[in-house]
Amino acid sequence: MHTRRDFLQFAAVAACLNGVAGFSPRASAQQQLTQDDLLAFNAKGKLTLLHLTDLHAQLKPLYFRPPSENIGVGDYAGIPPHLVGEDFLKHFGLERGSALAYAHTMVDYVDMARAYGRLGGLDRTATLVNAIRAERGDSNVLLLDGGDTWQGSYTALKTNAQDMVDCMALLKPAAMVGHWEFTLGTDRVEEIIDSLDYPFLASNIVDNDWEEPVFESTSIVQAGDTTVAIIGQAMPYTPIANPRWMFPQWSFGLRLEALQANVDAAREQGAEVVVLLSHNGFDVDRKLASEVSGIDVILTGHTHDAIPQAINVGNTLILASGSHGKYLGRVDLEVKNGKVTDHSSNLIPVFSDVIEPDKQMADKINEVRAPYQPELDRVIGKTDSLLYRRGNFNGTWDDLICQGMMEERDAELSFSPGFRWGTTLLPGDNITIDDLYTQTAMSYPQVYRLEFTGERIKEILEDVCDNLFNPDPFFQQGGDMVRVGGMGYSCAPEAAMGSRINNMTLLATGEPIDPNKSYVVAGWASVNEDVEGPAIYDLMENYIGKQDIIKVEPNQSVKFTG
Amino acid sequence: MNLTRRTFLTASASAAVAAFFGSQQAFASLEDLNKALNDYTGGAEPGEGPLTLTTPEIAENGNSVPVSVLVESPMTEDDHVESVMILAEGNPLPDVATFHFSSMSGEAKASTRMRLAKTQNVVAVAKMSNGDFYKVSNNVKVTIGGCGG
Repeated sequence: MHTRRDFLQFAAVAACLNGVAGFSPRASAQQQLTQDDLLAFNAKGKLTLLHLTDLHAQLKPLYFRPPSENIGVGDYAGIPPHLVGEDFLKHFGLERGSALAYAHTMVDYVDMARAYGRLGGLDRTATLVNAIRAERGDSNVLLLDGGDTWQGSYTALKTNAQDMVDCMALLKPAAMVGHWEFTLGTDRVEEIIDSLDYPFLASNIVDNDWEEPVFESTSIVQAGDTTVAIIGQAMPYTPIANPRWMFPQWSFGLRLEALQANVDAAREQGAEVVVLLSHNGFDVDRKLASEVSGIDVILTGHTHDAIPQAINVGNTLILASGSHGKYLGRVDLEVKNGKVTDHSSNLIPVFSDVIEPDKQMADKINEVRAPYQPELDRVIGKTDSLLYRRGNFNGTWDDLICQGMMEERDAELSFSPGFRWGTTLLPGDNITIDDLYTQTAMSYPQVYRLEFTGERIKEILEDVCDNLFNPDPFFQQGGDMVRVGGMGYSCAPEAAMGSRINNMTLLATGEPIDPNKSYVVAGWASVNEDVEGPAIYDLMENYIGKQDIIKVEPNQSVKFTG
Repeated sequence: MNLTRRTFLTASASAAVAAFFGSQQAFASLEDLNKALNDYTGGAEPGEGPLTLTTPEIAENGNSVPVSVLVESPMTEDDHVESVMILAEGNPLPDVATFHFSSMSGEAKASTRMRLAKTQNVVAVAKMSNGDFYKVSNNVKVTIGGCGG
């Protein structure tokens, strides 16, 4: 994809990076970009699907640095979404310095962020959704919420996600699916679902006693003159990746037989288009598309991958619409005689500075945040370094969290989970409570302090590593590698489980980790019940408050071996 | 696989002689597994057949892993499934359960839950009334959990 728009942006930003005097980089980059440009689309047929996924409760515009590593293994190596930086630009024909290069890669990240500003903001997304509904006709547009919507901010934590429920209601989704939603616990999830005007779908959740479906699997809707079936797929490994005790009656899994049966049933009921609204993760859905027949479009989430256009697997289109509100995914379908005959797709990057906020949504966002505004704005520190989370092995935010846990809990080592949610702060930014909670807001935040033997530490690392790099995507759970403080190691993703992690070294002494020796480890987000310790957000508020200014040196302690 | 209450009752009724073994000391060797298999088949080599074994790809709870088996069969006097044995090759004792059927069973379908000590292959072997044996195997991963994004 190479449009005139990209070229103009490239020219403008290239100029500002070269330091033309008296030239505001921000203004120049944005002069080239308009709301109409973002909405420009090669419309097809009548039906439009809009996909918003993995918002992680981010109502306001934000910075989100894309990862430096997103390694694919086996058949999935080196193909989207396992491309980053220059490789991504080359594969998709994007110019370095263009708006899309900034949205999709970490190349020149800080300069690009200062030039193009923040992405996202649900009031901006609402403007885009409304414009597309006006363009295509309200009834022809289905907005689908891919889940991980109700968790990830201070206000979502304090309101038990009511802030997100109230804001999302204004967007009038046709359906949603879940993952982190379940960490609100069974009662709250059921309470919210009862209040929704749209279905919460899951083809792959059954109750533990009778293995009967817990949720509706399918919603069949009339979109204009097209009959569309939406089938939902929750994150299959929620009870493994997150605390099962919070929703003990529900069993998940891929359940492809149930999915195939639901697809077939939808076709029998007259569905001309079958959409899978999925929280499986990209590679899982890529494989699933070749094993389950009859799905026209998979709107995929969970792994936070953003791919500029939908990818074809056989007769199935897969659209991966990123995370944190950075993008709105759009697929247009032409349907003739009950079959999809043509399509067009795009991720629309939500450049917050050039999109007029939707007033109704902006008012609602202000309303839900207002009771907490003084606390949200409270400055707890300042950073000299770029703070971000994404990356297969580490990110500076987690480096900071690992350091904070070791110091505050007097531990030799620390573990921070490989979550992919959390926003980015630029060098020179203040750190507010709002910022801290984008990294830490969740319902099982206790920081434990335990002794593990070196052997056990190796087992844990190997186990997590296999969740990330198992060559069969159906065994991948979708997060990144657990971040380790105080210890270096090498990782060979292509190796077999049990032999990927080597050269484990205690950084304090430079000594190898002894399998038989016990080490004091601090960590957070344990899936076990009754974990004791301070909440990670309180611990980090204390720790950050003690530092004059945050400086995180580049992390050299994990060596990646091919 | 969508198991209904009826299926569960069928399974319970069929599983008149379901043998369960708890976790004990050492893990089974492949020898133990092969011996159990041989005792069951009388030395016959099981082939591929219309036998479906349903297990999760990754166990949510290693102490209670759902497992179900289904054998396509007319279930007549002349042509029916006699029994299905389930083995867990990485457990201290590999025998999990044996479900017995007859032409009166209606269908050869059963489900239960098993404990899995670690990541391992779960094997199902069906014995047919004509003396044929079918075998199928699934790998089930037992993981520490946590850290999901």
